[in-house]
Amino acid sequence: MKKIVYADNAATTPVSPQVLEALLPYYKSEYGNPSSVYSLAQQARAAVDDARKKVADALHAQPNEIYFTSCGTEADNWALKGTMRRLAQKGKRHLLTTNIEHHAILHTCAALEKEGFEITYLPVDTYGQIDPAQVEQAIREDTGLVSIMYANNEIGTILPISEIGAICRQKGVLFHTDAVQAVGNVPIDVVAQNIDMLSLSGHKLNAPKGIGALYLRKGVVIDTFMDGGSQERGRRAGTENVAGIVALGTAIAYATQHLDERIAHETALRDRCIQSLLQIPHTRLNGDPVRRLPGNVNVSFEGIEGESMLMMLDMHGICASSGSACTSGSLDPSHVLLAIGLPHEVAHGSLRLSWGVQNTMEEVEYVLETLPPIIQRLRSMSPLWEKITAGENN
Amino acid sequence: MYSEKVLDHFTNPRNVGELSDANGIGEVGNPQCGDIMKMYLKIENGVIEDVKFKTFGCGAAIATSSMATELVKGATVEEALKLTNSAVVEALDGLPPVKIHCSVLAEQAVKAAISDYYTRQGIDPLPIVGEIKDCDACHVH
Repeated sequence: MKKIVYADNAATTPVSPQVLEALLPYYKSEYGNPSSVYSLAQQARAAVDDARKKVADALHAQPNEIYFTSCGTEADNWALKGTMRRLAQKGKRHLLTTNIEHHAILHTCAALEKEGFEITYLPVDTYGQIDPAQVEQAIREDTGLVSIMYANNEIGTILPISEIGAICRQKGVLFHTDAVQAVGNVPIDVVAQNIDMLSLSGHKLNAPKGIGALYLRKGVVIDTFMDGGSQERGRRAGTENVAGIVALGTAIAYATQHLDERIAHETALRDRCIQSLLQIPHTRLNGDPVRRLPGNVNVSFEGIEGESMLMMLDMHGICASSGSACTSGSLDPSHVLLAIGLPHEVAHGSLRLSWGVQNTMEEVEYVLETLPPIIQRLRSMSPLWEKITAGENN
Repeated sequence: MYSEKVLDHFTNPRNVGELSDANGIGEVGNPQCGDIMKMYLKIENGVIEDVKFKTFGCGAAIATSSMATELVKGATVEEALKLTNSAVVEALDGLPPVKIHCSVLAEQAVKAAISDYYTRQGIDPLPIVGEIKDCDACHVH
């Protein structure tokens, strides 16, 4: 089998062996519906409760503040729509967010705009950062919710969540954060950081796809998103994804217990990678160089286009991603890269490598050996590169 | 997503590079859209004797450029002018719908190079080649 170097952990992560081992019994033998009365089902109920406690512990929250969802996107939809529809009754029709959020937030905001809500999209600086003062100034009388991502999925920038949380609490405005990329990669304390709502996803931290959660601070009342049975204390109906919930609990507990070593490991891979790639001429780092997710590398190579780079990397067994138009499924390159001020053509040449806990320095070195000839080859056939370098050798 | 032929032309593009003795050079697309194709033709006695290309763009952009050069090499100028984007797509065993604009760009690159050839000969290319709307290709889907 061809050697695979998986460097796209911001897209999804492999299920870790201990997580797989923990979840399998809930498909095979402990398959009861947690709502049933017999003991088989009660084992499943106990497993869900145990996982809920693990998720709560990881965030410094209480178990009854955790609601399991089908994914991070659902948690985002629920937090934003549930809050705004509820607060509309109190005349609060304004939501504050940023222009680098994930589409799970941006497209939910667009849906809310259609319902008549008003959204402010705060612009970020060249590092993808928000100044907390921007948030303070933009909060209005009718602002019901501030939703700002904890860390950006593309460029890895970690936003000043504690400062924003403090401002929101002081102004009496609810604060939600999409922490899908942050959970398991940075320490989080929802109490100390004044976070009212937080979305997370299992498959970004070595649990399977199809499980997420919303932390909802006790006392915060938002509209129900999924109507039906009385699961999740009547606030999120639908038979629990028991195996997924167990997996999420196992994964998040493991990630939090090993957070320091995980950060150290991923940071070492990231820094080696960035330092080496920046030696390539006409290459720039995208995102904040310091306040950055431990595994995130995002660079732009001028004169080449991302998709062709990804295809050549794939031929060498390397899985990565890009913000080029051809990979975004639209005619425009990534909204995040444009928001930090990159010209279109530089955004087209972006490459994201996101290293995870299972990656090794050998894999990083393999990428660093493989990538430069690919860039050189694509540049040699690029008329844009010809223009960029014209005059340089005179 | 891509056919074997597209992958083949992407991995081993035919006729890549520049022609120092080209007498028709055309460039279409723009960096904003993420695709630029530059086509070099050497035309003698109404026949395309040699052709090279350079492309900034995605896998499909590189493959369509490569295939277009194959299709016009050795052809008469009249034949090359009849090259359509669908002929390029067909020769590549198809392209995903979002990549069809790349084939339009390849057709336009050939036309732009032939236009340049006529201009160099002191002949107005417009009645022969027609108008090449630069970058319109990016919005054909």
